[in-house]
Amino acid sequence: MTGLLRPSAVGRSPVRVDGPAKVTGRAPYAYEQPVREPAYVHPVQATIARGRVTAIHTGAALALDGVLTVLTPENAPHLERGIDPELEILQSPDVAFRGQLVGAVVAETPEVARQAAGLVRIEYERAEHDCVFSADRTDLYRPEVVNPSLPTDTSDGDVGTALRDAERTVVATYTTAMTHNNPMEPHTTVAVWDDDGLTLYDSTQGVHAMRESVAPVLGLDPGVVRVVAPYVGGGFGSKGTAHAHLVLAALAAKRTAGRPVKLALTRQQMFSLVGYRTPTVQRVGLGADPDGRLTALSVDVVEQTARIKEFAEQTGVPARKVYAAPNRRTTHRLAALDVPVPSWMRAPGECPGMFGPEVAMDELAQACDIDPVELRIRNEPETDPETGLPFSSRDLVGCLREGADRFGWRRRDPRPRARLEDGWWVGTGVASSTYPVHASPGTTATVRISPDGRYEVLIGAVDIGTGAWTALTQIAADALGVPAEDVHLHIGDTDLPEAPVAGGSSGTTNWGSAIVAAARSFREKYGPDAGPGDEHTASTAENPFAQRYAMRAFGAQFAEVRVHADTGEIRVPRLLGVFAAGRIVNPRTARSQLTGGMTMGLSMALHEESVFDDRFGFVVNHDLAEYHIATCADVRSVEAYWRDEHDPYVNPMGTKGIGEIGIVGTAAAIANAAHHATGARVRDLPMTPDKFCE
Amino acid sequence: MIPFDYRRAGDAETAVAAVAGNPGAAFLGGGTNLVDHMKLGVAEPDLLVDVTRLPFDSVDPLPGGGLRIGAGVRNSDLAADERVRTRYPVLAEALLSGASGQLRNLATTGGNLLQRTRCGYFQDVTTPCNKRRPGEGCSAREGYHRYHAILGASPHCVAVHPSDLAVALTALDAVVRVRGPRDGHGERAIPAAELHRLPGEHPEWDTVLGHGDLITAVDLPPLPMAARSRYRKVRDRASYAFALVSVAAAVELTGDVIGDVRIALGGVAHKPWRATLAEAALRGRPPDRAEFRAAAEAELADAQPLRDNRFKVPMARNTIVSVLAGLTGEEPR
Ligand SMILES: Cc1cc2nc3c(=O)[nH]c(=O)nc-3n(C[C@H](O)[C@H](O)[C@H](O)COP(=O)(O)OP(=O)(O)OC[C@H]3O[C@@H](n4cnc5c(N)ncnc54)[C@H](O)[C@@H]3O)c2cc1C
Ligand code: SF4
Repeated sequence: MTGLLRPSAVGRSPVRVDGPAKVTGRAPYAYEQPVREPAYVHPVQATIARGRVTAIHTGAALALDGVLTVLTPENAPHLERGIDPELEILQSPDVAFRGQLVGAVVAETPEVARQAAGLVRIEYERAEHDCVFSADRTDLYRPEVVNPSLPTDTSDGDVGTALRDAERTVVATYTTAMTHNNPMEPHTTVAVWDDDGLTLYDSTQGVHAMRESVAPVLGLDPGVVRVVAPYVGGGFGSKGTAHAHLVLAALAAKRTAGRPVKLALTRQQMFSLVGYRTPTVQRVGLGADPDGRLTALSVDVVEQTARIKEFAEQTGVPARKVYAAPNRRTTHRLAALDVPVPSWMRAPGECPGMFGPEVAMDELAQACDIDPVELRIRNEPETDPETGLPFSSRDLVGCLREGADRFGWRRRDPRPRARLEDGWWVGTGVASSTYPVHASPGTTATVRISPDGRYEVLIGAVDIGTGAWTALTQIAADALGVPAEDVHLHIGDTDLPEAPVAGGSSGTTNWGSAIVAAARSFREKYGPDAGPGDEHTASTAENPFAQRYAMRAFGAQFAEVRVHADTGEIRVPRLLGVFAAGRIVNPRTARSQLTGGMTMGLSMALHEESVFDDRFGFVVNHDLAEYHIATCADVRSVEAYWRDEHDPYVNPMGTKGIGEIGIVGTAAAIANAAHHATGARVRDLPMTPDKFCE
Repeated sequence: MIPFDYRRAGDAETAVAAVAGNPGAAFLGGGTNLVDHMKLGVAEPDLLVDVTRLPFDSVDPLPGGGLRIGAGVRNSDLAADERVRTRYPVLAEALLSGASGQLRNLATTGGNLLQRTRCGYFQDVTTPCNKRRPGEGCSAREGYHRYHAILGASPHCVAVHPSDLAVALTALDAVVRVRGPRDGHGERAIPAAELHRLPGEHPEWDTVLGHGDLITAVDLPPLPMAARSRYRKVRDRASYAFALVSVAAAVELTGDVIGDVRIALGGVAHKPWRATLAEAALRGRPPDRAEFRAAAEAELADAQPLRDNRFKVPMARNTIVSVLAGLTGEEPR
């Protein structure tokens, strides 16, 4: 590492380079990719939660004018088995969850495809299914690792004894709801086979990641699969891994004799096919001395996974990192159910895992009669509590203090249920936030000078609406020492150098590091007077500091809550977050990420819940009228600030990632504020009005 | 979704004849509910008769001092009407609390009244539902029924009617004007409170209307007390959500006591629920929180909540109290 990049374009707020194309409708999203004479695919989904298909009657569908073919488990093209059960669709008659793909219609128009899909009649042999999520199940199991590959359980000292001996304790159970990512743009794929192979225009967070997952299942060399994604309308993790529809589009296109096919999932279909956040049950134990110094900290998590494929959300992990305590334990247990496959959703692990413990900290503050900001400061660790490594930088205390100042925390009357204004109970709350710094060595970028003298920067990154187009242009400009106008960025295509997903808040970090590496070696090779045709490619190396420092971003979330004294309606007039997340590349787009995360946290706190009917095995409220996401009227003042943080160890830009930390801790801050307002301690999300209506 | 024909009706008579003559035909208003149902397979009409060009698109004064609202008047336009806003604020508030700006721009008065329940099982054709397919069973009774009825339900259906507009019209003693295949050139008048029905043995019938019955207008009576009226909708988010419980109310004080009062509840039953027991309990009584609460409790005494919607009983009670307190100048709690 040759030191931090000297910022010139970085740190400024240029408007989005992709903005004009988007607002004028000229930015092609996956479904809008112009292809010749496309056919359209509509999935057929299982209506039982477990069992097998015994017969598929496709006659009526095939008889419909405009229907090209109906894919079924009986006639679908072969896929490689044993790689990824979620992706191995239509290979057997078995049904593993309701909503699983059991067929698809390919037709001349989307309307005909949809109509015909409704005409496909399926007979099943039902098997007894089990979709009941409960922490009391006797068949909970311990996964080998939790996402992405972290230890399932950790233990230091003796939590049991320490809790028993502690002078102040909080032991309580907290739950978070099953939630769905619900990006604005549904999952869509356009698939085209030609002599060179398969091209997938996909609404995805990572072109190379999709290729790596899909090619082996299709029995293809990754080299013949091209994935393209120039513009994507959000993903929140649900487009970070390949899902069944991507394979379905590829299979369907195999049957159209070279004709491209287009597939767009409906909102309802997204509720069973593209992942979701597991519900969690978190048993939290805190023990402390009367001054609030933690002596014991335990988080025992129960969550669900699909019987067909395991995903173990790392909900207990943040509790390993935030506070000092000599005795500590975290565990994860899973219920494997006949349910759709859970996956990443914005800040997997950290987001649900900073709910239980951060509400418990509020309860402890009350038990110790200590200000909740002060309690957190008292438990600031000197080194990473889990590994003992020093933090490359850590400023939770600074965030808490600055947040308290900005929010007006000092004027707070600590008594709960003490402020009634115009019929509304008013309260305020705080919670900590954190998110790890992820890095993927081997990310590659190319820099070259085009014939017209501009610097072309090529990398297979994807902008899912975050601002990557803009931020990477800024980084490239500074790395090359040229104005941003001279940089021409190319992203969103597997034909470009290999790059990891837009996920784990690591896009800017990974892609930016590769661009800096390529630009620096380009300059070393060609000097300042490089000319047209000069080109250089470089990859990121293992960060030598990764073994010597713990690397995390931290933040503090403050919330004001009003609860209607008669009806229990709950509103959040004010959210304020202060974050220490390394260097901020583009304050404009960064602020959007942070306030967007906080807004999603508000939504999680008050609204979001996929209501799962375990008799049928499906989410009953599977549309955006019934699955509530915060509306504009719910989101009032949301302020995000950051502290200048100089971290020479994380990467050459000094960035830590900001895409997810905004959602972490928000729900706890709101729950704590709701308790302060009303005196009612709600430990289960979402906090709907009935929980406050007496 | 299945293919369908589309016809634009020029006058009421042709519209009624077109629908009455074809069991698979349906009137099309703004389409914000019907078209959704067509996509979901909940409704499969083979002919849509568009009634939005019929000459029922204005709000006109009635001789006695009331207002006639054309069935085609869009929810946004009705909510913005100056006469409605000043003389029947409960109505404007109810409309503005519903759906979203875009939906209200399309939704018509007639279509709004005849929108169907939002019960999740009704809207998903892969689950049993007596309202969609009589005799199949009710999935909501033992399933997800947070939004469902606490009053007047039957073993066959526990759904609620979702319209906010209908609740306000019920409180206002509005009258729905209908022209049906058997009405010749004349029209029937149905009190708003009697338009929707309780599910009983036949949850498939939402209203007392028959196939081919066209709503042409809604008449508002002259009701001076309505100038002091309110619609209060309690919901899971601040906007764009159906009511958990809603209250439409108007109060008239005579001296120190309540002279007249109108209360209708939404989100509690298969129809807008006119709270006649509470009204009776309040007439002639002093306007204070204790009286309001007793009256609300009288109305809700027969409530039969389901496993997961018990909260609606105290929520309805408290909302009635809150609204009446606001209307009579009581301080908020
Ligand atoms: C996301 C969402 C949220 C919503 N939130 C709310 C809410 O909070 N509160 C609320 O009250 N509503 C809400 N609605 C429902 C909305 O108000 C209705 O969809 C709308 O009022 C229906 O009016 P329309 O003209 O579009 O009816 P259409 O969809 O055209 O028709 C509905 C029904 O009425 C029949 N019909 C239409 N006009 C006539 C007529 N003149 N005579 C006889 N029959 C007729 C049709 O055949 C059909 O059966 C919401 C809708 C959506 C999609
Ligand atoms: S409540 Fe009514 S609409 Fe809902 S499932 Fe039962 S019968 Fe159907």
